[in-house]
Amino acid sequence: MGRTLFEKVWDAHVVKELPDGQTLLYIDLHLVHEVTSPQAFAGLRFAGRKVRRPELTFATMDHNVPTVNPKDVRDAIARKQIETLEQNCREFGVQLAGLDSPFQGIVHVIGPELGLTMPGKTIVCGDSHTSTHGAFGALAFGIGTSEVEHVLATQCLWQSRPKTMRIQLNGSLQPGVTAKDVILGLIAKYGVNFGTGHVVEYAGTLIPQLSMEQRMTICNMSIEFGARAGMMAPDETTLAYVQGRRYAPKGADWDACVAEWRELRSDPDAVFDVDVVFDVSDLEPQVTWGTNPGQGVGISGVVPDPKDAKSEEEALAIRQALEYMDLKPGTKISEIPIQHVFIGSCTNARIEDLRLAASIVKGRRVADGVRAVVVPGSKQVKQQAEAEGLHEIFLEAGFEWREPGCSACLGMNPDIIPAGERCASTSNRNFEGRQGKGARTHLVSPAMAAAAAIAGHFVDVRELTSEGVTA
Amino acid sequence: MEPIVKHEGLVVCMNRVNVDTDQIIPKQFLKRIERDGFGEFLFFDWRYLPDGSPNPEFELNRPEARGATILLVDDNFGCGSSREHAVWALRDYGFRVILAPSFADIFYNNCFKNGLLPIRIPRELYKQLSESHARGEWRRMTVDLERQTVETDHGISFSFEIDPHKRHMLLHGLDDIGITLQYEADIAAYEASRRPYQFVYA
Repeated sequence: MGRTLFEKVWDAHVVKELPDGQTLLYIDLHLVHEVTSPQAFAGLRFAGRKVRRPELTFATMDHNVPTVNPKDVRDAIARKQIETLEQNCREFGVQLAGLDSPFQGIVHVIGPELGLTMPGKTIVCGDSHTSTHGAFGALAFGIGTSEVEHVLATQCLWQSRPKTMRIQLNGSLQPGVTAKDVILGLIAKYGVNFGTGHVVEYAGTLIPQLSMEQRMTICNMSIEFGARAGMMAPDETTLAYVQGRRYAPKGADWDACVAEWRELRSDPDAVFDVDVVFDVSDLEPQVTWGTNPGQGVGISGVVPDPKDAKSEEEALAIRQALEYMDLKPGTKISEIPIQHVFIGSCTNARIEDLRLAASIVKGRRVADGVRAVVVPGSKQVKQQAEAEGLHEIFLEAGFEWREPGCSACLGMNPDIIPAGERCASTSNRNFEGRQGKGARTHLVSPAMAAAAAIAGHFVDVRELTSEGVTA
Repeated sequence: MEPIVKHEGLVVCMNRVNVDTDQIIPKQFLKRIERDGFGEFLFFDWRYLPDGSPNPEFELNRPEARGATILLVDDNFGCGSSREHAVWALRDYGFRVILAPSFADIFYNNCFKNGLLPIRIPRELYKQLSESHARGEWRRMTVDLERQTVETDHGISFSFEIDPHKRHMLLHGLDDIGITLQYEADIAAYEASRRPYQFVYA
């Protein structure tokens, strides 16, 4: 019987299999950031252990970094955490893209752009959005701090074999509809835990039409429906993206890698535990109205009524969400006003995301009463955007143009949405308090966030005309 | 790590689905560089009112929940962020066992590294337990990891499944890294079998 993409990558990394089903898996790349690593390094120090393969470990700082002036970390505890990472990297010999590095940025943005992320690798990081790297045909997943310590010490991880799921994304996207809408639409349809225990492979006719940035957006949010990882088979688009990057293989090594990577696809007779087909042709731009990423609807839709829920549990969940979000059933999504727009995060802060948003705001103005912020995913993204003049488009429209970091995705730094205010956000989580205590998050694509900034409320980006905003 | 073999304790029930780790330990408490001291911040935004006083409505603050060491909670507990701080906070607060119809994967794995036993139970059983608990029919339970059984103080008993490796680690409070280092020869052999370009990045 044929093997799936996941099985091929898994099998190539088995160090030891125990009779009880536990597998010791070798890890090719360990990404590290300041929030989930200090206790892991402290554990090594306490036990007198070293980092086994520092050259397979790469660190940066992103969660705590202020985006107005990254070096002005006024929060003493955040500063301590950043300094601790600097000290740990020095002591244990780990390469760090620190605040002075031209490569610093969100860990899931810099991995791919530096060429650290490659097809066929096993990649872990103490961060759930590590699933992002699966877009390259890597097996990439988030781990806890104890596992971070374990990988630092052994370069391996004990895993039980997950189940497999294939999600066939078929069809073509309408103009103005993006990869973000695909993943939000998928989670809205199937729920926030339908992937639990599974490694998902995204397949179908849509994938070859997507850029690497779009693929990363989809894989990034695999964790939002509980999947252990999301993967896509590498193709010419993948190779073109990786080739020539800083740490990508060169010369004969490149050729050897490519030969190997071409085998990284599920065999035609491979069997998945679960098979799902999702047609994207009629998909609208999506907006979440609730407090988990599955509570979303198309832009032409309305806020749901708990009375229409399929179960008592769902009705309760809707009621709780609407109370927190201060929304009434039946309200048109396009009539929800917003006070904040955040374009950024490991989901949507790559160059293509910024190009898309800029194309919509160009020549327009941010609506009165709206504070709109663009936070590039990395120093390199920022530099590229400025070379293309995107920052001028944003600034002229009334956006703020910031330094790279996780920013308002999770409010661990000064970028916090005030209580009771509403944010159209390109990030990945609309949990209660995620962007700040009492903050109300609506997840959208970069195009929809840009359009909302102009209109002051949600608007179908497909209805924006050159004369201005309709609706 | 503190082993867990048999645990008897008071049960608190949270009738909530999709409790994410942002709720278990909000991000403003993730900046510490220690593993301990997170218990006072557990469920911070639900547990305290804006003036800092305990929210009397919140499940853990009810008088009958005082001293609870076992948490009974609905589907998909621990979803979202990978932060192990969520498990540290639950442990520091005093929890040793969590029963739920399902757990998010990363959270589930994190539990075993910290002496916290997560038990998956069928959803029907969850409903039965939470409803009878709400009616005050029972308050405590005994969890026996060795026998893989649970018994409430009003006599409902059931068994549960758990990965044998994870069970072994918890029963003996074992440090994963110590065990893995026994396989040093296997790791070295694996590394020797891989071509160097896979590993070098600079």
